[in-house]
Amino acid sequence: MQKDVAILGVAMHPWGKWGRNFVEYGVHAANEALADAGLEWKDVELITGGETIRNGYPGFVSGASFAQALGWTGAPVMSSYGACASGTQAIATARAHILAGLCDVALVVGADAAPKGFFAPAGGERKDDPDWLRFRLLGATNPIYFGLYARRRMDVHGATTKDFARVKVKNSRHGLENPKARYKKAVTEEEILASPIVSDPLHLLEICATSDGGAALVLASMEYARKRTTDPVKIKAVSTVTPTYPNAVIEMPNFATDSAYAVPVPTTPFKDSIAKAAYEQAGLGPEDMSMAEVYDLSTALELDWYENIGLCKQGDAEKILNDGDTTIGGRVPVNPSGGLACFGEAIPAQAIAQVCELTWQLRGQAKGRQIENARAGITANQGLFGHGSSVIVAK
Amino acid sequence: MSTQKKRVPAIEGWFVADGTVALLGSQCTSCRSYFFPKESFFCRNPACQGTEFEEVPLSRRGTLWSYTNNAYPPPAPYVAPDPFVPYIVAAVELGTEKMVVLGQVVKGFEIADLRVGMEMELELDTLFEDAENEYLVWKWRPVGTRGGA
Repeated sequence: MQKDVAILGVAMHPWGKWGRNFVEYGVHAANEALADAGLEWKDVELITGGETIRNGYPGFVSGASFAQALGWTGAPVMSSYGACASGTQAIATARAHILAGLCDVALVVGADAAPKGFFAPAGGERKDDPDWLRFRLLGATNPIYFGLYARRRMDVHGATTKDFARVKVKNSRHGLENPKARYKKAVTEEEILASPIVSDPLHLLEICATSDGGAALVLASMEYARKRTTDPVKIKAVSTVTPTYPNAVIEMPNFATDSAYAVPVPTTPFKDSIAKAAYEQAGLGPEDMSMAEVYDLSTALELDWYENIGLCKQGDAEKILNDGDTTIGGRVPVNPSGGLACFGEAIPAQAIAQVCELTWQLRGQAKGRQIENARAGITANQGLFGHGSSVIVAK
Repeated sequence: MSTQKKRVPAIEGWFVADGTVALLGSQCTSCRSYFFPKESFFCRNPACQGTEFEEVPLSRRGTLWSYTNNAYPPPAPYVAPDPFVPYIVAAVELGTEKMVVLGQVVKGFEIADLRVGMEMELELDTLFEDAENEYLVWKWRPVGTRGGA
């Protein structure tokens, strides 16, 4: 396959609340990923950064911030923002350059230093910015949108709060021995349901925190990779699709969906289209996946993803969860890393971290959480303002 | 003794309130697609090149698509009362326009009072107040109910 790109190195700075500059986390991850690849910073021909919007100007030009901190080498730089999908944008840019033959080795870095509590919009009075207005007029925090999706699963598919809690129970166990995870504690259904409700039906322990963290990948052309290693893990697909009009599902930060008055809704809804595009690129299907890393911003949202990435049909997510299919040892483990439940979100690093986990699993290096005979995996994620994000990684 | 505060919309041009309240959307004069908030310069239907829009009041009623609440005060720029009182946010599907619109639910309702598929209607209510003004916004109420706070 000519469209494969090799993953030569992966690394993460542990997630937490460390109180340091985001550049430090990124540089830490970059250096470890280079060491993992057996390469040096001077070998890198392109650096791509996932941007952070909560760390001033250096965050907007994150690729250059990392490059300067590593020491200017003249390497070209690209920085991308796609909200929670920023990391995938950085991966997509690096991959496209490699596939186009513009470079052989690219370093992808995302890092964040996150504020405490709810994500709030950037400052100032901005009456033409839906992200500002949703807070001003509705108080529509991110958990409000998660709560809407969760409640709909209950009323439409008969999901229960216990089903949702079991997602967290599973993920908290998956992440117990992950050295990069922030939360390493098994929680019980009872503890989750006893935690305060944030946005009904979701409890505090079901909504992901905001974290500091950094992740990096060293990507290379297959030709370059073959000179250094016999069997690299490969990126088979990167999906960065946008919705197709009319998008009939209410999404952050919008007040309303598109109208389906003049144009019928597309047969594939946006969240389904994200993975579908990745499967088509890879020439693989859900049945080929050994595992998935999906964005469990809330417990209930993980269940939505099961259906969106084709692990089961709509309405069956609770069943495959309760049957143990998505637990390590099951048919297709989801969030073997522990997911956002164990990490909290470090926005521009998170989609890159998902790829790190799949790579460790495929190499057999996921100590304490290893999926046996893993052959391929998919990541799925969505950034507000219409950013699809999915990467398929395979041996 | 409280003096009468001036009642002003929390945002200009998003809704009209003359007896009843209706959201103000726009409709493309070429393909007839609806938009809320209003679109003004280019139609977002990719098959349409429309640049002209009519301001139209949207349906005042719809069916409940989903609902949740804020149990904790949202961050600024939301102006949260102290002490904070949890409130519900609803997503309501407008039948004619075939679109889902968010809004707070008027006070006095609990999550257990609601169910996906219920009929909802718009009402004008206070979003927040300061020393001079009472700022108004659209909110949803289950059809056929009265009262509340």
